[in-house]
Amino acid sequence: MTTLAATGVLRASWLLLAFPVFGAAVLLIGGRRTDKWGHLLAVTMSLASFVYGVIAFFTLLGYNAADRSRDLHMFSWVPVAGFQANLGVLLDPLSVSFVLLITGVGSLILVYSVGYMAHDSDRRRFFGYLNLFIAAMLLLVLSDNYLGLYAGWEGVGLASYLLIGFWQYKPAPPVAAKKAFIANRVGDAGLSIAIMLMFAEFGTFNFGPVFASAHSGGTGITTALGLLLLLGACGKSAQVPLQSWLLDAMEGPTPVSALIHAATMVTAGVYLIVRSNPIFNDSPTAQLGVTVVGAVTLLVGAIIGCAKDDIKKALAGSTMSQIGYMTLGAGLGPAGYVFAIAHLLAHGFFKAGLFLGAGSVMHGMDDEVNMRRYGALRKFLPYTFVTFGLGYLAIIGIPPFSGFFTKDGIIDAAWEKGGTSGYILAACAILGAGITAFYMTRVMLMTWFGTKRWDSDGRGGHVEHEPHPHESPWVMVWPMIILAVGSVVAGGFLVIGNRFQSFLAPVVGTPDKSHGLFTTAGMIALVLALLGVGLSWFMYGRVAVPAVAPRGSVLSRAARQDLYGDAFNESVLMRPGQWLTRLSVFFDNRGVDGLVNTIAATIGGTSGRLRRIQTGYARSYALSMLIGAVLLVAGLLVVRL
Amino acid sequence: MSPAHYIFLAVILFTIGAVGVLVRRNAIVIFMCIELMLNACNLAFVAFARMHGNLDGQVVAFFVMVVAAAEVVVGLAILMAIYRARRSASVDDASLLKY
Repeated sequence: MTTLAATGVLRASWLLLAFPVFGAAVLLIGGRRTDKWGHLLAVTMSLASFVYGVIAFFTLLGYNAADRSRDLHMFSWVPVAGFQANLGVLLDPLSVSFVLLITGVGSLILVYSVGYMAHDSDRRRFFGYLNLFIAAMLLLVLSDNYLGLYAGWEGVGLASYLLIGFWQYKPAPPVAAKKAFIANRVGDAGLSIAIMLMFAEFGTFNFGPVFASAHSGGTGITTALGLLLLLGACGKSAQVPLQSWLLDAMEGPTPVSALIHAATMVTAGVYLIVRSNPIFNDSPTAQLGVTVVGAVTLLVGAIIGCAKDDIKKALAGSTMSQIGYMTLGAGLGPAGYVFAIAHLLAHGFFKAGLFLGAGSVMHGMDDEVNMRRYGALRKFLPYTFVTFGLGYLAIIGIPPFSGFFTKDGIIDAAWEKGGTSGYILAACAILGAGITAFYMTRVMLMTWFGTKRWDSDGRGGHVEHEPHPHESPWVMVWPMIILAVGSVVAGGFLVIGNRFQSFLAPVVGTPDKSHGLFTTAGMIALVLALLGVGLSWFMYGRVAVPAVAPRGSVLSRAARQDLYGDAFNESVLMRPGQWLTRLSVFFDNRGVDGLVNTIAATIGGTSGRLRRIQTGYARSYALSMLIGAVLLVAGLLVVRL
Repeated sequence: MSPAHYIFLAVILFTIGAVGVLVRRNAIVIFMCIELMLNACNLAFVAFARMHGNLDGQVVAFFVMVVAAAEVVVGLAILMAIYRARRSASVDDASLLKY
């Protein structure tokens, strides 16, 4: 597909970036002066971007399908001889889908945050960071070259770091923020090496020329690029083996978990893979790598989600798992790209809704996150219950809710791939659907049903400060309602009639075979999901949930420890690293410093002894002069004779 | 008397002066011993001048006298200053400038 210059209203597409940048700049530079109205400005700027995004979307719809890729050159960033780094805005079906998700869900979450953060003295800073995040995320998806994408990529990493550690006076958030940043660095290294490789091999960063050169460059280079990009995607999207940071990232405020660590930023890896689809199409090895990472992560995340008692961590495990589905889809070629992005959009709605629901529960429960201290909350938070429940039905894939259409598309694409690998991947995905239903039902039952458990300490005594659960204010409820509507209709809207497929076709190509709505694989997944719901009811609905977690089986203890992901990182990466630093310090102290210090001590000691010759007695100087003179004369005599 | 006798005398005087500088503590005596050594040198110069039949040694002897006079002036001035400060002319007492 050829990229045309932006015309008409699209010539203003730089506004998409300018609005949130302006908001972030005013709030972060303006400081306390903007405390009173800062949050309103932030919401306005985000909404302004959203409105422009909608206009751009309909403008693109007005063009022929082949003309929907529009590029706007903003400015030359680094023009140096052969190194031409331009910053441009690329509006095409893929990027505009992301723009609508980021600004739409972002605006809703900003509105929600107005209520959620109302009592936080640093609310203005929070909104400044959120605007910064939206600006960076938009740069990531809108850039027409890899360098601009990388700038946005690092920008969202920074925003994520700042927001995870937002409550920096507590002990855990800064640690979690650092962990997220470091885990992301590993992935970022992969992406940056990929970009350097592109420049070294092709001499350009722009999408079109890079894809064209990669296509003619042979499989070696495309496989290398594909695997490096996959590493980048693993870091940002919390995929195995770089998954460990996401669960800790829940230390941030809940709207951040909803926006950044569920709906948008963590899906950047999927965007990167789908955006680079020509590279992956040319390299079966890289595609296989992507699918394996996706399949492993979707199981790992789901298993972790089963054992967590912290509602946000259970949802974080679920996020990992759902992004695993998207990654799996993104590795399946044109058949999977559409469903990866469709699932991404639907997931943006229902997972953001679920997180906002969790935030609403925490808001009413004095920031309690342990689900064992919840129970029977449906009477106290009716709106949250209904919206959360709709998100729940969407994520476990009950027709006609969103997840059913989009997730089944991915499962079916894996099934249709055929061969041993295809059946293994499909089996993982189907099993994952069953586990998803199990843990989400567990979350539902523990939070909303059963008996109330927040009034006792679990050992028969009363708690000191009994929470008084109450529904959140309307400013928080409305975003949840809108997201719930999205979780109900988004999947069907996108998938039925191949609407989204034909919209994305100019960017990601058309699959050989069109996808039916009710497929064999999808039906098996649905049956397994119902079994998962039943099993979960059997374990958590039929019997009372203990207020203190039981010891559990080997598997549930492992899942509580994040399947020993942290232990693995600690023993394989951290300890050897620590030993290396200790060894270096030892070598530095004893080796390098030792050598220098020995020389200095030798010289110092020798001169200290030599100094003793200076007695201060004139006669000893006279004697040394005499000896010197005698030696001199004797020497002269010896030489002359 | 052959010039060798003058040389022997000069050596004896020089040795007396050198030993005096090394073993005596009184600054005045050390000065006198230095003068003795200088004059032993002068004697040797003059003797050699006589042996060789030219005036070079004589000239050098004059120079040595001039330098010795200047040295004595400066040295005695320092000695006076030290004596006033410390009430002693012993060079071993004036041994502050050391390690």
